[in-house]
Amino acid sequence: MQNTIYQKIWSQRVILNLIFLLLLAAPLFLSDFRLNLLGKFLAFAILAIGLDLLWGYTGVLSLGHGIFFGLGAYCMAMYLKLEATGGGLPDFMAWSGMSELPLIWIPFQYPIVAIILGILLPAIIAFMLGYLTFRNRISGVYFTILSQALVLVVVTLFVGSQNLTGGSSGLTNFNTFFGFSVNSATTQTAFYIITVIVLGLVFFLSRKLVKGRFGKILVGIRDGENRMRFLGYSPSAYKTFIYTLSAAIAGLAGMLFVLQVGIISPTMIGIIPSIEMVLWVALGGRGTLIGPVIGAVLVNAAKTGFSESYPDIWTYFLGLLFVLVVVFLPKGITGLFEKWNDRRKKQDVSSSVEVEKSYS
Amino acid sequence: MSQAVLKLKKVIVDFSGFKAINQLDFTVKPNCVHFVIGPNGAGKTTLLDVICAKTKATTGEIKLHSTKELSKLSEDQIVHQGISRKFQAPSIFQNLSVIDNLEIAMKQKKNLFSMMKAKWTKEQKKKINEMLELVGLKEVKGQLAGSLAHGQKQWLEIAMVLMQEPDIVLLDEPIAGMSKKERDKTGELITKIARDRAVLIVEHDMDFVKEYADIVSVMHEGQLLFEGSMEEVQNDPTVREVYLGRKVEENVVN
Ligand SMILES: Nc1ncnc2c1ncn2[C@@H]1O[C@H](COP(=O)(O)OP(=O)(O)OP(=O)(O)O)[C@@H](O)[C@H]1O
Ligand SMILES: [Mg+2]
Repeated sequence: MQNTIYQKIWSQRVILNLIFLLLLAAPLFLSDFRLNLLGKFLAFAILAIGLDLLWGYTGVLSLGHGIFFGLGAYCMAMYLKLEATGGGLPDFMAWSGMSELPLIWIPFQYPIVAIILGILLPAIIAFMLGYLTFRNRISGVYFTILSQALVLVVVTLFVGSQNLTGGSSGLTNFNTFFGFSVNSATTQTAFYIITVIVLGLVFFLSRKLVKGRFGKILVGIRDGENRMRFLGYSPSAYKTFIYTLSAAIAGLAGMLFVLQVGIISPTMIGIIPSIEMVLWVALGGRGTLIGPVIGAVLVNAAKTGFSESYPDIWTYFLGLLFVLVVVFLPKGITGLFEKWNDRRKKQDVSSSVEVEKSYS
Repeated sequence: MSQAVLKLKKVIVDFSGFKAINQLDFTVKPNCVHFVIGPNGAGKTTLLDVICAKTKATTGEIKLHSTKELSKLSEDQIVHQGISRKFQAPSIFQNLSVIDNLEIAMKQKKNLFSMMKAKWTKEQKKKINEMLELVGLKEVKGQLAGSLAHGQKQWLEIAMVLMQEPDIVLLDEPIAGMSKKERDKTGELITKIARDRAVLIVEHDMDFVKEYADIVSVMHEGQLLFEGSMEEVQNDPTVREVYLGRKVEENVVN
């Protein structure tokens, strides 16, 4: 019994390490185009891990993570834009008749500051919203509605402030990052490798967090928030922390996204993308960490394949997929594996029982 | 022995006009098995609720060790004052193993930052093993709590309460749904744990009360009707009139 548990953990770890090495080696066998796509999917996968910590482990459903992703992406894009204009005014600002760089853009001249803000801004906003709602014991569907309201507010704000954000066309046309051309294949490969390493780190640290006592407390909050209070815990502190953490991870993902995709606009961070993000987690299997990573990559690979051939059908397909998963695969793809594993084990047991019988 | 660990003074719990607890004075003494009985709707569960802050008192005082006022504290703060509650329906974490349930219940610093650094200590492991032994769940310690039998779930929850090392234990109908053997075991356990703490139990089963009670309080319409030993309770005419008329006489006759 003990042995098989060790074996299971060991083999899990080996598989995870193999996947990680395979991803690192991908530049050797994927074309630049495919590599760039995979890099984008992996950026989404990073976000999915954070969302799983929040939804899968802690039971808090946010339909507004597009905003945190977007804040990270815009922070990075603002820096890239300023790099591209070489100290001048970004084109869209000049078009809307501005003559001087607005105050809030000034810190983004410095890449380090932009990177720090890309993580810090989403975290601060999540902290404030989380602190107020969770402390007042607003949870479940009420919190989810609030998280959607946040999307509406931020997207409206971004579209409306044309001269600050580039409005609905967003930010694009970048040149260099730390002086390296963002359009060269080498830089893009470097971005890909950085994305894989960040994914590995976020995964490893999240796994460490949920495997320990902390993770059990999160599950306790998910399954019985009130009971946890009578065990001496204050669930709101834990929920606020995880919400803040997952927003920071989303910001990180957004930055890696914009580096590889080269554009960010309000439609990429709004309500529909926010719902899609939840779907990655649901499809992959919530509360497993690896499931959401698989989900993010698979859904986005399918999306790319589909929209190359039938761009209009994708949204319908996505809706259908969601219904199918909720009805038939409540535990997602990883749940399917579990089932398969259990069945195999049962077969093992029954065959060993038969062996025993034949001996007695 | 005589010093009160917990004292309620003139407590009222008002549910929009209906007073589930009405001007109640109530004292809990240390090292006692203290039963609360009374007809349905008498306010017994509400009494436990108001002590552990599940329900807030509308007015009145709740004093711990005659100094610390509890009525303004939140549920988790009350736990850290040494008061632990077992609910009527077993409320354990189905998706965690038996040992995990005890691990998160056990007395420790439970704030966010301490918990991030939390590590097993030898003493913690020892305490959990002793508890598993005490409540007889050693064989199933690795199983998911959701897969336990009903009686085992009740035991697990009692163990979770005890892992918090409370000074006052509140139990709401702990033997409901248990077999005769399980009841005896629970009774013995209650006697044992009351040696160094107060145990306040809401119970309907009069045989059980009679066997294990040090003190019995009878509640009726949100007030304390009578308090004394089980014998005194059975012989009190007012108690007979409002409540025991049916049940205890039957039991006494039996
Ligand atoms: N949240 C609430 N809102 C309104 N009324 C309530 C609430 N909780 C309890 N009551 C009422 O208060 C009264 C006392 O309830 P309580 O649960 O304390 O009774 P009890 O003595 O535990 O009864 P039982 O023996 O049936 O468990 C009941 O009439 C109940 O309907
Ligand atoms: Mg009751």
